[in-house]
Amino acid sequence: MGILEVKGVNKRFGGLQALGDVNLSVAENSVHAIIGPNGAGKSTLLNCLVGKLIPDTGSVMFDGNSVLGRKPHEINQMGISRVFQTPEIFGDLTVMENILIPCFAKRDGSFRMHAFEGVNHETALMEKAENILEDVNMAEKRDMHAASLSRGDKRRLEMAMCLVQEPRLLLLDEPTAGMARADTNNTIDLLKEINQKRDITMCIIEHDMHVVFSLAERITVLAQGTPLVEDTPENIKGNPKVQEAYLGESQH
Amino acid sequence: MLGLNKKDAGLFTIVIVLTMLAPFILNPFPENSELAQFNAGYPDLMQRFVIFGIFAIGFNILFGLTGYLSFGHAAFLGVGSYAAIWMMKLLTLNVIPAIIMGIIFAGLCGGGVGFVARSRSGIYFSILTLAFAQMSYALAYSVLTPITGGETGLQIKATDSPLMSSVPEGEIGRANLFGLEMGSSYELSVGGWLFTFNAGYYIAAVCMLIAFYLSIRLFRSPFGMMLRAVKSNQQRMNYTGLNSKPYTLAAFVISGMYAGLAGGLMVAMDTQVGPERMFWTASGEVVLMAILGGVGTLIGPVLGAGMIKYMENIISKINDNILHQWFAFMPDGIEDFMVFIIHPFIGKGWHLTLGIVFMLVVIFLPGGLVEGGQRIGRLFGRKKRAEAEAESTAKTPAE
Ligand SMILES: Nc1ncnc2c1ncn2[C@@H]1O[C@H](COP(=O)(O)OP(=O)(O)OP(=O)(O)O)[C@@H](O)[C@H]1O
Ligand SMILES: [Mg+2]
Repeated sequence: MGILEVKGVNKRFGGLQALGDVNLSVAENSVHAIIGPNGAGKSTLLNCLVGKLIPDTGSVMFDGNSVLGRKPHEINQMGISRVFQTPEIFGDLTVMENILIPCFAKRDGSFRMHAFEGVNHETALMEKAENILEDVNMAEKRDMHAASLSRGDKRRLEMAMCLVQEPRLLLLDEPTAGMARADTNNTIDLLKEINQKRDITMCIIEHDMHVVFSLAERITVLAQGTPLVEDTPENIKGNPKVQEAYLGESQH
Repeated sequence: MLGLNKKDAGLFTIVIVLTMLAPFILNPFPENSELAQFNAGYPDLMQRFVIFGIFAIGFNILFGLTGYLSFGHAAFLGVGSYAAIWMMKLLTLNVIPAIIMGIIFAGLCGGGVGFVARSRSGIYFSILTLAFAQMSYALAYSVLTPITGGETGLQIKATDSPLMSSVPEGEIGRANLFGLEMGSSYELSVGGWLFTFNAGYYIAAVCMLIAFYLSIRLFRSPFGMMLRAVKSNQQRMNYTGLNSKPYTLAAFVISGMYAGLAGGLMVAMDTQVGPERMFWTASGEVVLMAILGGVGTLIGPVLGAGMIKYMENIISKINDNILHQWFAFMPDGIEDFMVFIIHPFIGKGWHLTLGIVFMLVVIFLPGGLVEGGQRIGRLFGRKKRAEAEAESTAKTPAE
């Protein structure tokens, strides 16, 4: 039994079958990559995991509990964090505040009226936030407005916001898109380290094969909403079906 | 100081000093000088400054932090007033229970209205709050006449005999704080100047200072940060494990309670209330105050409230005769021409002046008066810094 078990999930948008009978099992503490051409339904699948979409049929179990029908914030409190394909951050707030908010969410739950204490007095959380900013090399940007960051920095910030919560399952939707090569390599190292040291299971969607092959222990190839194969990176590399799915796409 | 950081403590100290010395500061001109009509240091107006300041601070907690624009906030002002006056009619003429009752009732109404309105966002939220406020107005105006006194509203009458206050037969009870009457004033005349220290003003001012202090604490708290997160990105908030709904609702209730405090204080000052206090124009006014002063800033709403109340009371008093006096030094034709030009902007035309000021502020100072202040501050700051730099560069070669 994996920590995440997706069984028989279908999702239609009008006439479009975005997900067709998807089965997926992610083992605890592993890094599982989902790859596939544009429009394959990768993001839609993640949306079904975090409560943004409800599948038409099928079940999604996280650590033995169903996530279907729960609100996004409840699912996060169960231990699933997500990095979005287009960065979702608090643009009007500073980088530091962006990190502090998930810290509070983790410590205090989904709602707490702490209207009289000062944020500045929360030294333990501040320290935790500083540390994660160091980890993603953004310490010197702590007082910048998040909206003024570069695209790559926004991504790293969002990742830091998820990591600081120490989720049990981290979902990453193209975390390195728009990043410079050096930043991509840093991100790979960071994710590797986090996966090993903090026992965070990761499910990563990525087009950059360098990232996929550096990180993933298992890979699922999705094409037109259906899993084509699921295997180890070595076997995926030589699989003719995978070549076909990608070649088929590149001819467009 | 009081758990505030240096900058906030400085701001709070300035506000304390200004409110306490307001009777002096607002009366800069001698009694019988021509400029005396610009004096704002009379009790009635000073009370209005601080009471509307409270109203605007509360409104800003909702609008400035969460971005939810309530267009019906005057309803809570009215509810607070009606609750307070009933307290005075029935229980005691002491203002404290009345004010507390105003806060509680407005908070409860805030909870109800907020719960329903919060199900929509953006313009629909504004429309829903507006609809609620107009419904409250209609209720107070006609349907609930036995409770609200209908069109004429409620006053304290000679026939009222509050349970815990002894009012002499046939006399109208007066609001007090443990015997200190709201209307009592101490007048100090120095040279040509007359300064009035009014008990009601100081009580309202202390309430305003407490309300202001609490709002600073709220702005700097994790809760305040969450409210700004609501405004910035609710989607991210929800996927970060936070439920944005109770946060917005709590902000709504808190700002309703601020309005209730303001409403209660209004009754404490003039012991009367009418349904027009809930009319939609009153709700619109507080929106203007917040925007004029600076949405989402600490002091902005108070400045905005002060500015609007000043214009409403001072510019509206200027008439053509006064203008003729001012321009008397000019040749007759030009004098008449000047009066003709300015005439639409004074007296009843003060709304026109307000409209123009408002437009100028929104266009040139989107951050309101506070941004204006900051720009001036930066201008001076830059000069200072330039001087300092000039000095340091002058020194370096010598080293
Ligand atoms: N909310 C929606 N309503 C209608 N159609 C949708 C919706 N979300 C996704 N789709 C469609 O479902 C299909 C799968 O989209 P999805 O975003 O999951 O693809 P993807 O694999 O993430 O692609 P990419 O690599 O470009 O991100 C696409 O054809 C898309 O247009
Ligand atoms: Mg996608």
